Amino acid sequence: MNVPDETPVVAPGYDSGSVTRKITDVVLARPLGRGWLAGFAFAFALLMLLNFAIGWLLIRGVGIWGINIPVAWGFAIVNFVWWIGIGHAGTFISAILLLLHQDWRTSINRFAEAMTLFAVACAGLFPLLHLGRPWVFYWLLPYPDTMGLWPQWRSPLVWDVFAVSTYATVSLMFWYVGLIPDLATMRDRSAPRPLQFIYGVMALGWRGSARHWKRFKMAYLLLAGLATPLVLSVHSVVSLDFAVAIVPGWHSTIFPPYFVAGAIFSGFAMVLTLLIPVRKAYGLQDFITIRHLENCAKIMLATGLMVAHGYITEMFMSWYSDDKFDIYMTLNRMFGPYAPAWWLLMFCNVLVPQALWFKSIRTNPAILFVLALLVNVGMWTERYVIVVTSLHRDFLPSAWGIYHPTRWDWMTLIGSFGLFLSLLFLFLRLLPAISITEMGKLVLDKKESRQQ
Amino acid sequence: MPQLFKRRANAIANAAIMGGVLIFLGACGVVYALGRSDYWTRKEEPLAQPVPFSHEHHVAGLGIDCRYCHTSVEKSSFAGMPPTDTCMTCHSQVWKDAPVLQPVRDSMQNGRPLRWTRVYDLPDYVYFDHSIHVNKGIGCASCHGRVDQMPMTWQEQPLYMRWCLDCHWQPEMHLRPLEEVFNLSYASPKNQFLLGTTLAEQNHVSHDGLTDCYTCHR
Amino acid sequence: MNMNTWRSTDELEDRPAFRDWLQREFPPLASEWTNEASRRSFLKIMGASFALAGLNACTRQALEKVVPYVRQPEDLVPGQPLYFASALNLEGYARGILVESHEGRPTKIEGNPEHPASLGASDVFMQAEILALYDPERSKSVMNGLEVSTWDEFLALVVQEREKWKSNGGIGLRLLTGHITSPTLLSQIEVLLQEFPNAKWHVHEPLATKAPQPIYDVGKAEVILAVENDFLGPGPAQLKYARDFASRRRADSGATKFNRLYVAESTPSMTGARADYRYALGPRALQEFGTALATEASLPSWGVPILADLTRNKGRSLILLGDSLSEEVRQFARNWNRPLQIAQPLPSNGDSLSEFMQHVEAGKIETLVILGGNPAYDTPVDFKFAEKLALVPLRIRLGLYEDETSALCQWRLPEAHPLETWSDARAFDGTATIMQPLIEPLYGGKSAHELMAALAGNAVVSGYEIVRQYWHAQHAGDDFEKYWRKSLHDGVVAGSAGGKSSPFAPSVRAAASGSGLELVFRPSPSIRDGRFANNAWLQELPQPFTKITWDNSALISPATAKRLHLSNEDVVDLKYRGRLVRAPVWILPGQADDCVTVHLGYGRTHAGRVGNGVGFDAYALRTSDAPWGGSGLEIVKTGLRHPFATTQHHQSMEGRDQVRVGTLAEFQQHPAAVAQVGEPAPGGDETLYVPIAYKGHAWGMAIDLGACIGCNVCTIACQAENNIPVVGKEEVARGREMHWIRVDNYFEGAPENPRIHFQPVPCMHCENAPCELVCPVGATAHSSEGLNQMVYNRCVGTRYCSNNCPYKVRRFNFLEYDRNPFESAPVLKLLRNPDVTVRTRGVMEKCTYCVQRINRVRIEAEKQNRPIRDGEIIPACAQACPAEAIVFGDINDPQSRVAKFKASPLNYGLLAELNTRPRTTYLAKLLNPNPEAEKT
Repeated sequence: MNVPDETPVVAPGYDSGSVTRKITDVVLARPLGRGWLAGFAFAFALLMLLNFAIGWLLIRGVGIWGINIPVAWGFAIVNFVWWIGIGHAGTFISAILLLLHQDWRTSINRFAEAMTLFAVACAGLFPLLHLGRPWVFYWLLPYPDTMGLWPQWRSPLVWDVFAVSTYATVSLMFWYVGLIPDLATMRDRSAPRPLQFIYGVMALGWRGSARHWKRFKMAYLLLAGLATPLVLSVHSVVSLDFAVAIVPGWHSTIFPPYFVAGAIFSGFAMVLTLLIPVRKAYGLQDFITIRHLENCAKIMLATGLMVAHGYITEMFMSWYSDDKFDIYMTLNRMFGPYAPAWWLLMFCNVLVPQALWFKSIRTNPAILFVLALLVNVGMWTERYVIVVTSLHRDFLPSAWGIYHPTRWDWMTLIGSFGLFLSLLFLFLRLLPAISITEMGKLVLDKKESRQQ
Repeated sequence: MPQLFKRRANAIANAAIMGGVLIFLGACGVVYALGRSDYWTRKEEPLAQPVPFSHEHHVAGLGIDCRYCHTSVEKSSFAGMPPTDTCMTCHSQVWKDAPVLQPVRDSMQNGRPLRWTRVYDLPDYVYFDHSIHVNKGIGCASCHGRVDQMPMTWQEQPLYMRWCLDCHWQPEMHLRPLEEVFNLSYASPKNQFLLGTTLAEQNHVSHDGLTDCYTCHR
Repeated sequence: MNMNTWRSTDELEDRPAFRDWLQREFPPLASEWTNEASRRSFLKIMGASFALAGLNACTRQALEKVVPYVRQPEDLVPGQPLYFASALNLEGYARGILVESHEGRPTKIEGNPEHPASLGASDVFMQAEILALYDPERSKSVMNGLEVSTWDEFLALVVQEREKWKSNGGIGLRLLTGHITSPTLLSQIEVLLQEFPNAKWHVHEPLATKAPQPIYDVGKAEVILAVENDFLGPGPAQLKYARDFASRRRADSGATKFNRLYVAESTPSMTGARADYRYALGPRALQEFGTALATEASLPSWGVPILADLTRNKGRSLILLGDSLSEEVRQFARNWNRPLQIAQPLPSNGDSLSEFMQHVEAGKIETLVILGGNPAYDTPVDFKFAEKLALVPLRIRLGLYEDETSALCQWRLPEAHPLETWSDARAFDGTATIMQPLIEPLYGGKSAHELMAALAGNAVVSGYEIVRQYWHAQHAGDDFEKYWRKSLHDGVVAGSAGGKSSPFAPSVRAAASGSGLELVFRPSPSIRDGRFANNAWLQELPQPFTKITWDNSALISPATAKRLHLSNEDVVDLKYRGRLVRAPVWILPGQADDCVTVHLGYGRTHAGRVGNGVGFDAYALRTSDAPWGGSGLEIVKTGLRHPFATTQHHQSMEGRDQVRVGTLAEFQQHPAAVAQVGEPAPGGDETLYVPIAYKGHAWGMAIDLGACIGCNVCTIACQAENNIPVVGKEEVARGREMHWIRVDNYFEGAPENPRIHFQPVPCMHCENAPCELVCPVGATAHSSEGLNQMVYNRCVGTRYCSNNCPYKVRRFNFLEYDRNPFESAPVLKLLRNPDVTVRTRGVMEKCTYCVQRINRVRIEAEKQNRPIRDGEIIPACAQACPAEAIVFGDINDPQSRVAKFKASPLNYGLLAELNTRPRTTYLAKLLNPNPEAEKT
């Protein structure tokens, strides 16, 4: 990938020392900024809102939400799918791009992985909360009980349990293993003894010996290999929650690929939404360069086109199937009570990304930021359209209904941002947001290639 | 820069990791065991009653048949608890002034029923029917044990769903001749399976439907 | 009354009535129930959230008590229900019932097959009476003004009064009752009036027809013309008429010759929905049509073939007219119908309310005894009953509730519910039933008999003795005991049918005339004349055609709506003869143009927590000279809106073939042509899996759309049988009603006068049930007999099954409905069916084919080592259905009735093309058009 005319992935004039200093300083040297405090306070407030909403939910039951018959799934499932989708970029960047030797990934993979973890944490909440009786969630797990019963393996929800938990575990390990050498660096560079101790414990006694490095590389590569199929599997399984059902608008074989594409699409959108402010705030423009943003933008364009293709295929198939229910579903999405949502998603997910054909836009952080935000909104709306419009008018007109989210639906959604952001702020404050080791290595490689 | 950790830190770290795993597994084990413990199911736990009624004395001692008190056991889902006047049929003559029987006499006088503590308490969403079991050759003792040897009555079986299913899966292993149903001391023969199969034939005990959810839950 | 209406409707504007009274009546509960979290402290909730999550599963089962009898009744087997025959009144007319009783608690009411007005079926009111019995808001104590008094104190008063009456022959003593058929009560009144010749008895029945019509044999009629006459709708003879009518509309039962039904009416009725030809006309036009029919002059073109058809079948045709038509037309009809007349109507007690009011004004009345009824609420508004009643010095009321009338009386005596007392009553055809109590009066009520006895100076005698003495007098002789026991057991007194014929009292009433918008009064299909207003089951029962719950509305036609720029839920002022009522509008296809229909019975102010402030009070417009409506209505748009809670938002079929309809001719030519349309269902062999063989029983259901009259009784019978909770208007508005079987209502064709179809939809118990394979914990699974089982205690509440159910028949407990204000009263626990689990929050539920009944029958059969007989298992819906439209049984038994139904070429599965292989199937509906009418 080292085509000379390309903008570099690291601004010139850095050696590994300065790289390390610059990154670790963000955590160790920088004083607790007003900006960070304000941001964290805001995020924490939202988190408390979530806690409040959950508390009331457990006291009263899911009836506080707007769900009903026929629309028995609402915000909870929409949020779940959306967050899980966002959780895809991280592993994609670290695992797949690693295997493809995309050196530009190095400066953003740590950050993206963290984002993945936090997104999955948010996502994990909703399947539990949306249960009518959350306290018996463990019945979905296979364990030897006194009833002589097991989960019902034909149900995609059981597959979900495994897909999501596996994904969460592997991403966590992958992220942590990647962190170990950096934690050691933090340990060595942090002054106060307690801090040294904490980082030291987390670093698991890393000494940077050749043996350590050999094992580290091996483990990291293996985990990357493990994580790669998961990127594809998780959202495929999630999509099966819908595809397996007979509901018009859900019952479609295109869902797995189209969901995965959508997931990566939204994932990168979220990466940009977060990276652009962060690199500005912490002055990391030299490491997270325009080239990174541009590459992310390119991936968004590609996956965005796949998603658009998904939409078109869906519409074509409902016409081609000549199934009266399916045709009605499609028309209902476009012109029914929820038409605005559908047009909004078309605007955000199909129209807007086309701007990314232009380099001038791909290389303009401000515009990219807005664009990424729109895509986030669009992808959430897409899930809303899939879940709600498909359910509210299915087979028997007599059973058609309408769904209005209540304030509790909104509180839970907004609250989940709180959880996500709080974790993110803590991460920025306590851990190196960019992989020091990989950056250092990158700088060395560059130097060598220049010397030759 | 001084060493942050002593040599034994490695040992501690390993121990911590191992320990974490073990503690987790241990916790699971405890929950698993507790759920099956007699403490949890109240198995073989004699319960205090308003009157220390002894099945041992009345059944073994006096040879009173189950149906004398549990009148509806062959007709109804509920086996029936003896109304006070059933007790008084005898105890108006024998033990007329025994202090332990004071509650019974009170109940008779002021018409307020005795409040026994349930020994076999199935959850409300389980619909067990005594009559069909008794009429198809399941003996009282199969679930209630040797009440004729219980001075105070206790629950003989754990009453897990699994325990119910064991029999519903293979009723042959528990069927007995209809005339033996109320015989508490009946012991199933060596060839129980053969006997059971023939009895199942005779009394139309079919497998299909026995393990349907709706057989017990509605 | 106007004032009340104003106020209550304005209240309705602010927030739904339900929330409103809830917060008034249940401050503590309100916080539990409404979504106001704000009132709860932040920390408490956060704390509770973790506590709740943790604790729930981790507690040892608490010890329970088991409490035997002290002396056990002989005929009682604990755990086995007993059934007793009795009767219930509707406007005084008896419908025979069998009441199921568990350890002395009545839990369910069924029709009595022996009884001519029930024939084993029941109507919504009969089913709901069991809830009325337990209603915690029935009046509980004798009241004198604001003082709590006692029955004895009241008797003391009576003794004084009697002294006075003895001296003056009872001048100023007045009795005001509803329509009475009870032989015992009539004789008691007679006795009283003999003792005090100057006393008088007045009768008021808000829905009574001025001239009761004779009873006709609908089953024998080849052609029926019903003009503003809803003989298939709610009423004392509905069950009999529905049975007879349906017997002539079955393609399976060999009745190859259908009857033909023409209906002309102003607002859609159950009868109109079943018509082969329906004409939507306003009252004026209907009157003209009636006159034209009688005089055979100036008959409208569409009327000609009808008259021809009727004449061709003279002697085997019926002309049934509504009470709003003029007397001469009704006379013509009576003569026409005479050949098919089977019984004279019972002697009407006569309606002397106007006379009564004159006496009130003249101050002639000193002591007034009101037995039942609710005149202060439902008397014609021009009588000003409520205000004038004050002119009566002593007012005594025997009533079930502390209602509008009680509020105006000093002495208020709690009345015992019909299921609590000894009494008797006659059916529409005169058949007498002796009513026996199933339970001691829950709230210490007294029966009308006991009160009458007291007035007659014989207070000691019990209701039992009174009734028994009367019948002893009727049947002297030493076999009386046998006769008495038999009558009680059968629920009918042998040979008591055939009411003594009485001369009609033709009411001189101005036939509808005038111009402008017309107003039509109808009883509410759910709460009748308002007497059932406090019955939550009936309030939440979706009304036919509109599917509105918890409300009444001003029904107008689409064209009129367009002309007046009105849309659904607009609130309008109805100005009529200088009176005004504020009402929300509902646009109803099939409604006659320029004609507004309002349902009576709503806008109650003293009904109780359930009924207060629900809907608007249409009585406020109802005058004595035009009880069924008239011309000169004005509509003024207010700009306000009132939200309705409807259970069916879409009533068009969207070109899908849920309901399949054909003509008798088509069917006879190509039997398959009617039902076998649309995409066919895939064959059972089109699968990679081994098809499941159902070796034993295979339960199935068939619903005959040709018979269904859309009366809703299946819905409410199911509710009573299966402990289905009431959820209230707000929850219904959110789409969370809990009914396990719903009656879908479709309009087909032009909105001016569409065809109307009913389709009862319970769980289909699909053999390939989509719900089953998506449940992660297997809480819904298939039984060996093909039942789609729903196991509440295994359900974790993902609601995936409901999403995947193409019929959307599954219902979810979004909240703890058993603790909501409608269900939480402790006394209602007595009402629960002990054989059905009461569902908790967060679990799915649905129709089980009444598996508790299947199991009960199976166990009995197994004990006797015999196979289950066909027809031995009857689900609640099928048992209640007057038209016998629902048939249940074993489809593996080719001789079973359900198997025969399913063998019919009319049989089709709903959405069968989805390969769900439903066990519940439908028989297509057949119409019987008139070739001549087709030409015009």
